[in-house]
Formats: sequence, structure tokens, C-alpha cells
Amino acid sequence: MLRRPDPRPAASLPTADQTNAVFGFDEVGFSMRGKAILRDLSLEVPAWGVTAVAGPSGSGKSTLTRLCNRLIDATEGTVRFRGVDVRDLDVLALRRAVGMVFQRPTVFEGTAMQNLEVTGVHDRDLQRSALAEVGLDPDVFGEREAATLSGGESQRLCLARVLLMRPDVVVADEPTAALDQAAARQLEELVCSVSHRGVPVLWVTHDPEQVERIADHRVVMDNGTVVGFTRSDEDPAGSTDPANGAAP
Amino acid sequence: MTDAPVQLWGVAASALLVGVAIALSARAGLGLGRSLAGASLRALVQLGLLGLVLTAVLAQGQPIALSWAWVAVMIGFAGFTVHRRVPEVPGLGTLAAVAFTAAAIVTLGVLFGARVFPVNATTVVPLAGLMIGNVMTATVLLARRVVAEFHDKRWEIEARLALGQPSSQAAAPYLRDALRTALIPQIETTRAVGIIFLPGAMVGLLLAGVEPMDAVQVQLVVMYLVLGSVAVTTSVVALGLRRTLFTAEHQLRVLSHN
Repeated sequence: MLRRPDPRPAASLPTADQTNAVFGFDEVGFSMRGKAILRDLSLEVPAWGVTAVAGPSGSGKSTLTRLCNRLIDATEGTVRFRGVDVRDLDVLALRRAVGMVFQRPTVFEGTAMQNLEVTGVHDRDLQRSALAEVGLDPDVFGEREAATLSGGESQRLCLARVLLMRPDVVVADEPTAALDQAAARQLEELVCSVSHRGVPVLWVTHDPEQVERIADHRVVMDNGTVVGFTRSDEDPAGSTDPANGAAP
Repeated sequence: MTDAPVQLWGVAASALLVGVAIALSARAGLGLGRSLAGASLRALVQLGLLGLVLTAVLAQGQPIALSWAWVAVMIGFAGFTVHRRVPEVPGLGTLAAVAFTAAAIVTLGVLFGARVFPVNATTVVPLAGLMIGNVMTATVLLARRVVAEFHDKRWEIEARLALGQPSSQAAAPYLRDALRTALIPQIETTRAVGIIFLPGAMVGLLLAGVEPMDAVQVQLVVMYLVLGSVAVTTSVVALGLRRTLFTAEHQLRVLSHN
């Protein structure tokens, strides 16, 4: 079990609570250069399992994920993390608690191990465990230049970076979009195993078959808002989550 | 006028070389004829106006404050030029003007404070002009490089922010690359001076009949002035750009370039 690194002002973050939604969106809007990308969006993301967000391109799915860790701020409404307005939280601590995997596998200059250093976790054993956790043998991949990794390996390295921080939730923005089918399935299994260990996952995808494979809860977006929400009441971890979805 | 090292007919004769360049451009189909002619004409007008202004500023009996006022005008115009050349970055003109002022205070302060040159109109305006011209070029290079880096590496920077890095840390590798890009030409120029080329100030002094070793000493002071001021300015601008390109909440701003 990986230990959480010394937190920055993470004490101000609300603690994990299975009975609350991990994210809440209350009548959220987001506009950029006068163009509305999200409008009047309300949603409660359950605090367990994989919540898959599907919808056509341009429906605002990626924007939704970027609100979760405050890479951007809503221009209207409120985004909550475990019940607390994200604007009231220390933004750097929030980002370490909300592990994010992007659509494009984004590795930095240097070796795989040096990529893990960026997290601020410098314990060599923890770094090796994180690589092993995502199926990258540290003896084989640890000193490989990250730029020489395949797309699937790069994306798994990105996931290792996130897991090394022991996040409270993982947000993945179409993480398999740039991968072949085998690599995509491998990443799906990895992320699902993370959710089975009690870390909720918010996963954006445009692939309906992927939704069927991974989702415990389903959100459908179109034209900048939520148009459908189905939640499972069966928590494989055994706890119940009475919070209900507020989506239309 | 007869004591001037170059007569007007000499200037006209040298302009023939621009004609040669325009002819070569036309022959090779480069399409640069209009740009060459425009740049040459512009230089003629600007330097002519500068000559008139300097004649007034440097005239006997003029207060030194007039020279400093002219330096302030040069700094303001240089800031405006930077803003015009890199319009994607909001507030860059003001930031550049502040950095140019800081560089002027530091570098001219050292030169005049150490009595390398006496403080008078014939030293203040040329030295400040030389410095401002060089730092403006370096600042434009730096800002363009930063805009390009932040555009091309936006994903990387956001990935760093998403891992909880503060904006200063997330931006550091990219600002460092941009700073190197801005400083390397100046370092290379300093390194090659005297072997590969003779710098303009020294050539001017030699043509004006100054002893070679005296010209060398002046040139060294000028080169160190330029090197120091470029380093100070680009560092100040890089620091300011970091504050401009991120919000207080460590969010990357969207530039119009993006």
C-alpha cells in the first residue's frame, strides 16, 4: 500500500466520505470569449465506482473535468469537492487529491523515474511500486527515456504519476483516445482496479462500448449540459451511497 | 560639415549597395525588394530625425534633465514597440518599460557611479540608446519564445499544474529555455567579437580617427553594458511574464495565440 506523501496544506481538504458525492455541480456555467461551453449544469458524482461521462464532441465533457481540479473556474454556479466549494480549498492541495489523467499521454523530459519525481514524492521504493502498479517493470522501464515509450506505456506512466500521490479521486479525460485497442483495454482494467480499491473515478469517453465495459454510473452530456444520468445502487465495496443525482 | 568623417554624397553612394540588394532580390525572385527599400528609407528618416533631436539635446548649455527626458521617451517607445510585436501577452509593453528602466538604473548607475564616463548629454543619450536598442531586441525574442513555448507545451504545463505544482515551478523549465534563447545570441556575439567581426561602435570610433586601443576600451565597456543590461532585462521580463501568464490560483491563462 502506497503511503500518501507529506501533504501540503491538505488538512483543509474534506476527508473521504462514502455517503457524500465526490463532486457536486450546482447550476454550473462556463464561458470563454463570450461563448458558452457549459450551461446550467447540475450533477452529483457518486463517491464510489466509475462514473462514465459520455457525449458527442464539443458537448463540454473535457471542460467538466477541468473544473474538478480548478485548472479552470466556473463562470457561474458552484463546483463542490466532497461538499465544499472548490474555491474555498487550497488549490494545490485539491489538485494533489484529484489525480488527473489527460487525453494526450503527457510525459516530461527525462526517464520514467524522473517523470515520477515531478510529483514531489522522492521515495525510490514508492516510485518503483507505482511503476509496478501500472504494469511497468521498474527494472525495465525505470531508466528508459519517457519519450521512447509507446502511447500505452506513456499513458500508464501518467497514471503511475497520479497514483503515486495517492489521490482521493481519479479524473480521466478520454485517456484511451490516443491508444490502440489492447493498450486501451489494459488502461481500463488498471483504472477499474483503482476504483475497486475504493478510489472513485470520473471517466470521460465518447465510446458507448467503453461505457458498457467500465461504468458503474452513466452521465450523458450534450450541448454543454447533462441530459441523462443513471446511477448504480450496488457498491461493490459494500457501502451504500444515499446521495442522489441532481441531474435532469 | 567638411570635418564630418562621411559626407552626404558618401551616404548616397552607400545607398547604391541597397540598390544592389534590391536587384539581387528581384533576380532571385525573393520578393524582398519592397521590404529592403522600405527598411532603408525608414532608417534614413528615423536617423535623420534622431540627428535633429540629438543636435538639440546635445547643444551647449542644454540642461542634463533634457537628456534624461529623452531617455524616458526612448524607454516608452521601446515598450510600445515590444507590445506591438508581441500583442498576445497583455500588459507586456508596460512590463518591458519597467524592465528597461530597471536595466537602465543598474547599468548606467554602474558606469556613471564608477566614473567610467562623465555624466553629460554626450554620454547619457548614446549609452542609453545603445542599451535600450539591444534589450528591446532581446525582450521581443524572449517574449515570442515564451508565447511559442506556452502554446506548444500547454499540455505539459497543465499536466504539471494538475500534479499540484505551483505555477512558478510548472513554468520554470519553459521560461528557462526561453531565457537561454534570448541570451545566447548576445553571448555568442560577445564571444566572437574581434575574431569574426568588428562591432559597430568600434568601427565608428576607428573611422572617426580614435586610437585602436582607446576604441577597444570603449567597445569593451559597451559590450559589457549590453550583456549586463540584456541579462537584467530578460530576467525581470521572464519573472513578470510568469505572473502575467498565470492567475493567482495557478491557472494558465489563454493567450490570443492559443
